Amino acid sequence: MAPPTSPTGPSTDPSTCPAAAARIEVVDLTASYHGRPAVAGVNLKIEPRQVTALIGPSGSGKSTLLRCMNSMHLTVPGAGVTGSVLLDDVDIYTAKISPVEIRQRVGMVFQRPTPFPTMSIRDNVLAGLHLGRRLGRGSHDDLVEQALVRAGLWHEVKDRLKAPGGRLSGGQQQRLCIARALAVEPEILLMDEPCSALDPSATLTVEDLIKEIKQTYTVVIVTHNLQQAARVADTTAFLTVPAAGEPGRLVEVGPTERIFSTPRQQATEDYITGKAG
Amino acid sequence: MAAGPSTLPGRRSARRGLAVNAAVTAVLALAAVAAVALLLWVLAYVAGQGLRYLGPTFLTRTPPGDPAQAGGGFVNGIIGSVIIVGIATALSAPIGIAAAVHLAEYGGRLARAAGFLTDVLIGLPSIVTGAFVYALWVVNFGFSGLAGAAALFLVMLPLVIRATAEVLRLVPDDLREASLALGASHARTIVSIVLPTARSGITTGVLLAVARAVGETAPLLLTALGNDLFVETNPTHRMSTLSLQIFNNAVTGFRTAQARAWAGTLTLVLIVLAFSFGARLLGRRGIAHSAR
Repeated sequence: MAPPTSPTGPSTDPSTCPAAAARIEVVDLTASYHGRPAVAGVNLKIEPRQVTALIGPSGSGKSTLLRCMNSMHLTVPGAGVTGSVLLDDVDIYTAKISPVEIRQRVGMVFQRPTPFPTMSIRDNVLAGLHLGRRLGRGSHDDLVEQALVRAGLWHEVKDRLKAPGGRLSGGQQQRLCIARALAVEPEILLMDEPCSALDPSATLTVEDLIKEIKQTYTVVIVTHNLQQAARVADTTAFLTVPAAGEPGRLVEVGPTERIFSTPRQQATEDYITGKAG
Repeated sequence: MAAGPSTLPGRRSARRGLAVNAAVTAVLALAAVAAVALLLWVLAYVAGQGLRYLGPTFLTRTPPGDPAQAGGGFVNGIIGSVIIVGIATALSAPIGIAAAVHLAEYGGRLARAAGFLTDVLIGLPSIVTGAFVYALWVVNFGFSGLAGAAALFLVMLPLVIRATAEVLRLVPDDLREASLALGASHARTIVSIVLPTARSGITTGVLLAVARAVGETAPLLLTALGNDLFVETNPTHRMSTLSLQIFNNAVTGFRTAQARAWAGTLTLVLIVLAFSFGARLLGRRGIAHSAR
């Protein structure tokens, strides 16, 4: 069903031949729910092999913006999008790319770990490949190991791959979800507050992992945690709600150090220094 | 803070509150005990009456030609129940589950209408479904096990749909999103993620519908009619079921026949209990466990 999405299919060795990290360009994007825009007029370039953090107060449309990048936004009833999201210069909303193909190129990790409860650790890792029907039957031990190694979970679970994914701790579950997303060989990984349900030490483990995987992938992360943005992101984009009832707007984007040290907009400075939001 | 005089009435009303609380607790506990005691009484009475005759003969023989005679059993009714309820389940489970998937996973106007109609059908007296099948089928093709299965299908279908839809709604949306985000299509997500996650809950719902259908008598009187003479395994002919035999033997007025009816009642209760317990067991390691 799903066409092969990149010349490097899963049959080639991903550890020696990593999927090319892609570039995203968001152009004049407005995303709405039932006709009410949640985030409007966003222009943003996301560079490959970097971590880009989206920060801002609740309701500023960070998650909605993120979910527009793999068209997950449109899976919500009543959701709409105008403008475009260019994935390596191809607009995912006008080009004839199916959402299924987009999501195989642009993976996603959610706020709460979501291992599939009926599946073992191994089957969870392979879930994306099986769901996209890119794999035949078989154990695919090599793919499982690679994905788990890249997610930094291999040594903790290699002896119990047949155990249910739900038995792992929260941090391990989240890394399992990252392994599951990486096994599909995406070019981009979107992370929607991936650490907000984790304890501090699991958070640090996942953050180290993010720094690791950005060498191969383009990473976009939504976070409420400013320290986390400062720790992991190369580029930071700040969104806010200009006034109650208005859609979220992108205020400022730049290298993380500059955003945190010398923000150019008053709204950014207020948020970062804790005066607003 | 209020001074001395105002604390006294305050304390008195607090004491009254405690008394009311104790009284209400006692009344509620009593109601619960009474309800459970009634049920246990019914079960004990059925068991006491049924055990007098329930035995190997009862489970392996057909009733005697003359209902006044003692001896014989309900084996034809038990076999008939298995066949008729089996056909009804084989039809209602897949159709009901598919309809529930549409209701819970796709939504829209059709789904809402179907959901409403399902609720109406659940409340429909089962004699009405029997009369419906009688008018449409039996009048044209005669009494048969298949007509009985059709009537039980109509009884089971809304139960399966409602139970399955409820369980599907318990599957966390997070799992659907995670599957979609991995590049799975909507249909693939339902087949590979949602249904397996809800599997034990769906099985529970089907088992409870089976338990309900096994005990139905009214719709079968108008469709399968009954056959007390021999074991009939061809569902295109009129057939007996356990429930029909209980009814037919109970209304004869002969003590011998009533003894068989009591044994049949106990058999039926045991079958229904087995299905209910099976459903509970499956339900316990069901969604609550798997959704974690």
